[in-house]
Amino acid sequence: MTIESAIALAPAERAVNLIGSDLTEKSLKLHLEGLSGVDAVGLEQRAAGLSTRSIKTTSKAWALDTIIKLIDLTTLEGADTPGKVRSLAAKAMLPDASDVSAPQVAAVCVYGDMVPYAAEALGSSWSNGSDNGINVAAVATAFPSGRSSLPIKIADTKEAVAHGADEIDMVIDRGAFLSGKYGVVFDQIVAVKEACRRENGTYAHLKVILETGELNTYDNVRRASWLAILAGGDFIKTSTGKVSPAATLPVTLLMLEVVRDWHVLTGEKIGVKPAGGIRSSKDAIKYLVTVAETVGEEWLQPHLFRFGASSLLNDVLMQRQKLSTGHYSGPDYVTID
Amino acid sequence: MTRLTVPKTYKLYIGGKFPRSESGRTYEVATKKGAFLANAARASRKDARDAVVAARAAVSGWSGATGYNRGQVLYRIAELLEGRREQFVDELMATESLSKAAATTQVDTAIDAWVWYAGWADKYVQVAGNGNPVSGPYFNLSTPEPSGVIAIVAPQDSSSLLGLVSVIAPALVSGNTVVVVAHEAAPLSAISLSEVLATSDVPGGVINILTGSPAEIAPWLASHADVNGLDLAGAEQLEWVDLQIAAADTLKRVSGPVVGVPAPSVERIVQWTETKTVWHTKSLI
Repeated sequence: MTIESAIALAPAERAVNLIGSDLTEKSLKLHLEGLSGVDAVGLEQRAAGLSTRSIKTTSKAWALDTIIKLIDLTTLEGADTPGKVRSLAAKAMLPDASDVSAPQVAAVCVYGDMVPYAAEALGSSWSNGSDNGINVAAVATAFPSGRSSLPIKIADTKEAVAHGADEIDMVIDRGAFLSGKYGVVFDQIVAVKEACRRENGTYAHLKVILETGELNTYDNVRRASWLAILAGGDFIKTSTGKVSPAATLPVTLLMLEVVRDWHVLTGEKIGVKPAGGIRSSKDAIKYLVTVAETVGEEWLQPHLFRFGASSLLNDVLMQRQKLSTGHYSGPDYVTID
Repeated sequence: MTRLTVPKTYKLYIGGKFPRSESGRTYEVATKKGAFLANAARASRKDARDAVVAARAAVSGWSGATGYNRGQVLYRIAELLEGRREQFVDELMATESLSKAAATTQVDTAIDAWVWYAGWADKYVQVAGNGNPVSGPYFNLSTPEPSGVIAIVAPQDSSSLLGLVSVIAPALVSGNTVVVVAHEAAPLSAISLSEVLATSDVPGGVINILTGSPAEIAPWLASHADVNGLDLAGAEQLEWVDLQIAAADTLKRVSGPVVGVPAPSVERIVQWTETKTVWHTKSLI
């Protein structure tokens, strides 16, 4: 009989504190598989219950402005050009040219090579590491599939950070996760987190994309959420937007519950970002309700909750125009992306 | 054994589907003498909003079809209507208290109107378009293009079926899609017509039919920024000047109230078009 030698994992403060200093693949696996199973019917019913709220008039106006402030305005196409990124940045700074009272979005989300153009286009509105202004988020680590070696993922991340990205959206290796190699996924997140370190010692915010559409079960989503948080993620994000189903309300609710549990356990606040498939204000408002009811209204801030979306903003602006003018607006009155 | 009659539930026709009003409201439709006939859905502003979304989504497909194809689709409506004449005759006799002869005349005239307008689908461009004379080595061509989404208040005084057909058919010819508020007091034939439309070749969303109060719905359609034209044919009893003012805010084409039923005319087709003018170089040969 051979004794499986313990493989030590890269040190991550949170995991060491929770699981103990003898952090190994085995102890991590025991911890993750020891999480209680998800009651799928109960979860979906709770999500459905939360989406029946009727939000009207002043509450709706507040919700619409809050949604805009929480949007990561995204363009992640193979056909992205510097010009397209510049027009996206212009929209991020002034979402509704006919109404300057519309707030700015939280961030623009682009591919790593587009970061310099985004930062330049944002100009003085760019937060550049500070708390004020619009962030530039970059997807990294062989987005969207995550299928490449660790050195390439790290180089991808470092390049984006060097270009000035304030936030990194990384994808986990779903293949490794689904074959039970939690340690591999854990080490990669830790390594990418380290790659997010800037020259001055501060870190770019790390959002970990779980790609819940490929994880198949709610139990896996819960495990992956814990894994991402233990490895040092600042945000857990549902999807790349390239896989269907993308963000759904039950999955987001489940991730919010993990975040709530983590907050109860450690006092630390982790962010959540549903991305992909949220196109209407009505849907987005359901997410706001879910956040407020699950982790509290405190989470409705750009550093704790985001929408990854592109077409959502136009719908919110049309709803906003309807509220301010009293008549229905149309797509001719918002910019074409 | 006696048999219970099975009354029909009259619903709206939006995007090729038959939803109830989102508001859940209905109103009673009665004969002219006041006897109960049916419950019809009373559409709300949100139903109108949904109808405009459906109509907008259908514009590219319908306006992108060739004129010849649109003509065939419109002609097919006439074919199917012909096969269901009896049903429409009975419905008109009940709702408008018409004699059988008068109801039959109205249905036949409505069928003929479809055929008349169907024929224009691949011909109106030749009449409304033009090769403009220019003093240069190029052509200059003007062609009519559909305006987009047309909101219509159907004629309200008499002839509920013929009135409806006489306002929606001309808008459809050039490739517009329509949202129409049917005859308020006699809406049943409009909904039966939508059953004909749903089983014909008309794509879902091209024709959207609302039943209910034009006074309630028309202001929302008039001010809607995603509507390109407003036909007030049946708005004589409404505050139609206010509706025109609301429509002016978003530069809609507006057609005013009509007494009775508008007669078939090419003008009704052309009024829902925009003129596109392009130049084109002459061949070098």
